[in-house]
Amino acid sequence: MSDSTRLIMVAVGGQGNLLASSVLGEAALLAGIPLRMSEIHGMAQRGGVVESALVFGNARSSIISDGEADVLVGFEPSETLRGLNKCNAQTVIITNLSPLPPFTVAIGKGVYPDMAELQQAIRSRTARLVAVNAVEIAKTAGNVLAVNMVLLGALIQTGVLPLTSAHVKQAIQTKTKAAFVDINIRAFDMGYEVAGQHR
Amino acid sequence: MHKLLTDQPGLQMVMLGNEAIARGAIEAGVAVAATYPGTPSSEIANNFFQISRETDLYFEYSTNEKVALEVAAAAANSGVRSMCIMKHVGMNVAADALMTLAYVGVKGGLVIVSADDPSMFSSQNEQDNRYYGKLSGLPVLEPSSVEEAGEMISHAFELSETLQEPVIFRTTTRINHSTAVVTLRTIRKQISRGDFIKDPFNYVTVPAVSRRLHVKLLAHLDQAARCSDESPYNIVSGNGSWGVICSGVSFAYVSDAVQDLGIGDQIRILRIGFSHPMPAGVIKTFLASCQKVLVVEEGEPYMEESVKAFAQEAGLTLPIQGKGEGLFSRLYEFDPRMVREVMASYFGVPCPAKPRLDLSGVPEVPQRPPNLCAGCSHRATYYAVKKAAEGMQTIYPTDIGCYTLGFLPPLGMGDFLICMGSSTGTSCGFSRVTDKKVISFIGDSTFFHSGIPGLINAVFNNHNFTLVILDNGVTAMTGHQPNPGVDMKLLNFQDYGQVSIEAVVRALGVPHVAVIQPYKVKKSIETLKEAFNFKGVSVVISREMCTLYAKGFKKTKTRPYYVSDKCKNHRECISQLACPAFFLDAAGAVKIDPVMCAGCAVCAQICPENAILPVKA
Ligand code: SF4
Ligand code: SF4
Repeated sequence: MSDSTRLIMVAVGGQGNLLASSVLGEAALLAGIPLRMSEIHGMAQRGGVVESALVFGNARSSIISDGEADVLVGFEPSETLRGLNKCNAQTVIITNLSPLPPFTVAIGKGVYPDMAELQQAIRSRTARLVAVNAVEIAKTAGNVLAVNMVLLGALIQTGVLPLTSAHVKQAIQTKTKAAFVDINIRAFDMGYEVAGQHR
Repeated sequence: MHKLLTDQPGLQMVMLGNEAIARGAIEAGVAVAATYPGTPSSEIANNFFQISRETDLYFEYSTNEKVALEVAAAAANSGVRSMCIMKHVGMNVAADALMTLAYVGVKGGLVIVSADDPSMFSSQNEQDNRYYGKLSGLPVLEPSSVEEAGEMISHAFELSETLQEPVIFRTTTRINHSTAVVTLRTIRKQISRGDFIKDPFNYVTVPAVSRRLHVKLLAHLDQAARCSDESPYNIVSGNGSWGVICSGVSFAYVSDAVQDLGIGDQIRILRIGFSHPMPAGVIKTFLASCQKVLVVEEGEPYMEESVKAFAQEAGLTLPIQGKGEGLFSRLYEFDPRMVREVMASYFGVPCPAKPRLDLSGVPEVPQRPPNLCAGCSHRATYYAVKKAAEGMQTIYPTDIGCYTLGFLPPLGMGDFLICMGSSTGTSCGFSRVTDKKVISFIGDSTFFHSGIPGLINAVFNNHNFTLVILDNGVTAMTGHQPNPGVDMKLLNFQDYGQVSIEAVVRALGVPHVAVIQPYKVKKSIETLKEAFNFKGVSVVISREMCTLYAKGFKKTKTRPYYVSDKCKNHRECISQLACPAFFLDAAGAVKIDPVMCAGCAVCAQICPENAILPVKA
């Protein structure tokens, strides 16, 4: 387990996490770092959960067992909390703070967790929690859909992954639509900066 | 140009397992490919569909897996390299063709991809299709990684041509839906035209012919066993005396476990990539150099059974274990930690582990099951059926597609499902032995796939039920693939036919047929009531394009709806319709998310206060 770094990304269908993993895949290729990833899309287009596992380094497995993620990126706060079973006491966690309550909440089949409690539950059990309002930052950057880029910026800032900003930005240039590259890079930089101020 | 056609050997690309398989087939010069879409195999075919528009590859979405295999079988027997792609349960549909195709064999290479789904991420069972190799007498190859999947395809075609038999290429979800860096190899020139040489005494499987063909199949099987023993895909590594025999993705978990446990010096691994027939010689030699052996395989104890039999033949008595208490389960997929822990305990070494978090006291997270899209026509149909059947005792057999999700609350429409097409056949049985009103659901693609024979059966045997055909003009669940009812002109394809479901149903002699537009709620309820009151077989076709698919054709977004201040907050819309565009704001008032709302107007028609109105332009 030592020479590999394991990242879990959890999101709700449509939040752009598949693009985020494809950017990281390209960045790893550019950096010459072996990478394996796997995705379970659980009918993502129908509002289900999408979970991606990315293993950087020489490991051959493309999935990550419970308790073995080094870093977790949650695109939606309650999904971050659900992903906690993948984490251990050393795990670094990055989460978006804008809730997308599942429909079960609207029909009274569940209660959305209190945001302060949610953050406390994560912070008290893991190494570091970087909680950012990715939706607001993405809007400021110029496109509310750039939430994924904001979170990538924050992820790279934590330094857990063996990837540099330069590699990821280069990958953003080739993997995202030309018209959005500038906004995406800005969103990435803003995410990076916010995570840096966040202690 | 499609990225999988890139003709630059040596170039590295990040690819999904299914892309690597498609690329491997292109490199092998595949000329004909046929499929019925099914997760986790679908992206292989989706890529072929695009590639077929740029090259001489002939690709088709067939009506079902059996037809797909027959198409490929004929092409391969005309000397053309062919491929047939399906999910594991599709093999059951194709099995009738498969079993005797094995007798007949092939001339050009034929590779059948069976994508198994341990853990059932999107399937109704987790059957282990390696047994189809045993059952049919055909060779089975199993890759352990994305890169290997791509590379092994060429070998599968060669093997098929050497043995003159189809080859089963078995993957699992974690191969199909994993991603890794793949190195491109040269593309073999495709030969897309073939010829069929008549030879009825070897091709027409009457008993006298088949008796001889079975002898031939067994001879091919013997030859396959020799190939397996010499196969570069059955690989031994390490020199230790603790043996591990593994296949598929388990090999990755075993390799990582050996590193993590630091037992490289004690371990000897046999990775089986050619898994039917099992390599008897290789296994016996391997066993002879081990003190004890652990078999690591997801699914059934397929290898374990053979390995134990080989040990017996070789007079070896070493301990060999795989499935069982404290070892591996036949249930669900494996993961690295599980394999590491079982290996550590079996070989008696300490297992370094990161302690799991204590999650007691963590706030509960609400479930997030997939849901029918906002504005999905199925939701509208289900609502109308529920209203029309009010007061009746009902049974709702259902079928496979997005609409299966209708079984969840609050719709609760779906009582019985076993396989593709089962809605029609099971309706016959339920209506015969119960006194309840049987109302069943089937989608357009599933109707063509295997729903029609059950309906014919109902007409002939004079059963009594209503079949609602949810015709949304596309195979939605697997990613909007075409089916025979789809208007291909919408996609700018001119050379396709189109089969009308209504014409089929009428031609079958169904005595009561009606068509509804489910967004017209009141009219739909009336029409459904008439059908439910009809004694005998009745069919109602609910026709409305899948709203997610329709988005691709619309220039402007339909106007969304909003909840006006006439709302009395009894939340009937939420409790009865449960469109995911609804939400409760901080004050508990019902609201509609204008971005999600597809403007279908169904909620506006059911709101007793007429409180839901279109947003003004
Ligand atoms: S994809 Fe189409 S059929 Fe499937 S849930 Fe969405 S609208 Fe309905
Ligand atoms: S009109 Fe009503 S039912 Fe239709 S999509 Fe919008 S909110 Fe949902």
